[in-house]
Amino acid sequence: MRPRLPALGTIAAAAVVLALLPFQLSGYHQALAAQVGIYFVAILGLNILTGYSGQISIGHGAFMAIGGYTTAIMSRDHHTNLILTMLMAFGVCFVFGLLVGLPALRLSGVYLALATFALAVSVPQLPLKFSKFLGGSNGIQSHTVVSHQRLYATAWAAAALLFVLAWLILRGRTGRAFRAIRDSEVAASSSGVTLPVYKTLAFGISAAFAGVAGSLYVMATNGFAQPNEFGVILSLQILVGAAVAGLGSLWGVLVGALFIGLLPTVSKDVPLVGSAHGQDVVFGLIVVLVMLLLPTGFAGFLARGARARIRPQPGRAS
Amino acid sequence: METVETPQPTLAARGRALRGVLRPVSVVLVGAAVFLAVGSLQSEIFAQQTVAGLAQGAVYGSLALALVLIYRATEVINFAQGELAMATTYVAYQLIAWGLSYWEAFFATLAIAFVLGVAIQLLVIRPVQHKSVIAVVIVTVGLFILIDGLVTWKWGADIKFMPAPFGQTVYHLGGVAIARQDIGTLLVSILSVILLWLLFQFTKVGLGMRAAALRPAAAALVGVRVDRMLAVGWGLAAVLGAVAGLMTEPSQYVLQPTLMQPILLYAFAAAVLGGLESPAGAVVGGLVLGVFLNLVGQYVHAITSELRLPFAFAVLLVVLLIKPAGLFGRRTVRKV
Repeated sequence: MRPRLPALGTIAAAAVVLALLPFQLSGYHQALAAQVGIYFVAILGLNILTGYSGQISIGHGAFMAIGGYTTAIMSRDHHTNLILTMLMAFGVCFVFGLLVGLPALRLSGVYLALATFALAVSVPQLPLKFSKFLGGSNGIQSHTVVSHQRLYATAWAAAALLFVLAWLILRGRTGRAFRAIRDSEVAASSSGVTLPVYKTLAFGISAAFAGVAGSLYVMATNGFAQPNEFGVILSLQILVGAAVAGLGSLWGVLVGALFIGLLPTVSKDVPLVGSAHGQDVVFGLIVVLVMLLLPTGFAGFLARGARARIRPQPGRAS
Repeated sequence: METVETPQPTLAARGRALRGVLRPVSVVLVGAAVFLAVGSLQSEIFAQQTVAGLAQGAVYGSLALALVLIYRATEVINFAQGELAMATTYVAYQLIAWGLSYWEAFFATLAIAFVLGVAIQLLVIRPVQHKSVIAVVIVTVGLFILIDGLVTWKWGADIKFMPAPFGQTVYHLGGVAIARQDIGTLLVSILSVILLWLLFQFTKVGLGMRAAALRPAAAALVGVRVDRMLAVGWGLAAVLGAVAGLMTEPSQYVLQPTLMQPILLYAFAAAVLGGLESPAGAVVGGLVLGVFLNLVGQYVHAITSELRLPFAFAVLLVVLLIKPAGLFGRRTVRKV
């Protein structure tokens, strides 16, 4: 099941809409749309790992934190161009992803979920300990701050580039290896896929995407990298977004990003619970309902609607 | 019911295998206990940290046991377990605010927690139970966010105060200061674990639950209502979680929605340390982890309080990599 590059027309239409959108939106809504783009990148990364190579991660907020702190530190100490720091975040998180991927080779299913969850809880503690370098609980202020419009442009340009990159990776030999591992490690290994190489690689690529998302995330919070911005809830949200999107589908990612990016804002206006703190109630409720009603996510729902062949459920513990 | 009780050959073999595992583990544990006893006699600070560690460890152990109960029955890790515990602690807070005494509220909360656990299993877990592991994980993650949101919505994110259940008394034993609260926490946690063990060992419901967890199909054939047993299991897990939450609150002095998030990680580490399938392992794992973290925090200066969570993560990772079955777990053999 190759990821198909959506028809050129659709892509062009999406690009035009995304390019014209900022002229129609207020600053606040531009920031919101940029936030959706950031989630898009993060979910895309998690989808490569969980949806395509079958390894679950509840710890992607940790990689986002590393990417975000890379940006903030480089900007604070060296006044590096923010776009350049995104590339650095990509590289740094790729390496961290490989490092996490190595022990992950020996874990699967529930155990991997536990370990990555623990990672997500642990990483935000480190700035508190090494407060001199990492800024403690107040965080780090990066040197430059970007406007809403530039943030929007940067986020969606990165999203588009990484989408193409993901597609290129997943359509060829590497993607085939990932999917083979997801569907059966034994079968993959007997057809010549070197499991450790590809499983670790999936972690690296996925973390690198999350790192870019984290870098953008810091730009979106007025250039502040703070530990509680990257709490465990962020990791959970990304996982939820990937699940709502439908694991193993590049198409659904946009839906997943819209879901976690906009739902909290939209649900503020829901009557009864629409108070300042009510948004999580609606969010959690809808997550549970979506999983009950659309267990294969939005993409799976569409596929079923189109009477496409039934997708194998990814990520099932072996 | 006799048919269930008759040990099948495989079960007997499993028992033998378990005894084989237990011997080296119990030697290590006895050694650790001797070390702690000798150390406590030598140094007052050591003794203080050990007692406090046991109290905290008992809390980790009860939440770990809650996780293990559910994992044994359905191979699901309930990521919402900690948040559920936090929510039930807020229920106790509300009951006290309405005028109940602490211990009245305590027991009322346990009853409410049981109902909540059963309701969650029936309403949201059962429909996805037989789907992929990932679907169940996401549902529990959704519950995590939902419960967190509900509590923040109802009670707000600001800190609340509850009366201290055991007072602020500190006993002095020789030169060792022991907080009455630590003793109380330890006793309540261990007592609830023992009560649960009695329930599992000596009642028909407990027998049914063990059967349903071990061999669902066979249990169903001899008339155990497996579905009902799973729901009761979730209820009991929620009760244990409530005990853990109520015992955590005094040690934090304040009540806030993030109360149980770190404790959940410690409970994960404790459960993995003991072996995810072993109830006894969860409790022992909790106690060992509590004491270990406290002593390391006291004597290793690089590990400050901010590094307590990352250190627990390191413990979890090391156990998973070196001995994935934990102290008491069975090694699973995967056939290819």
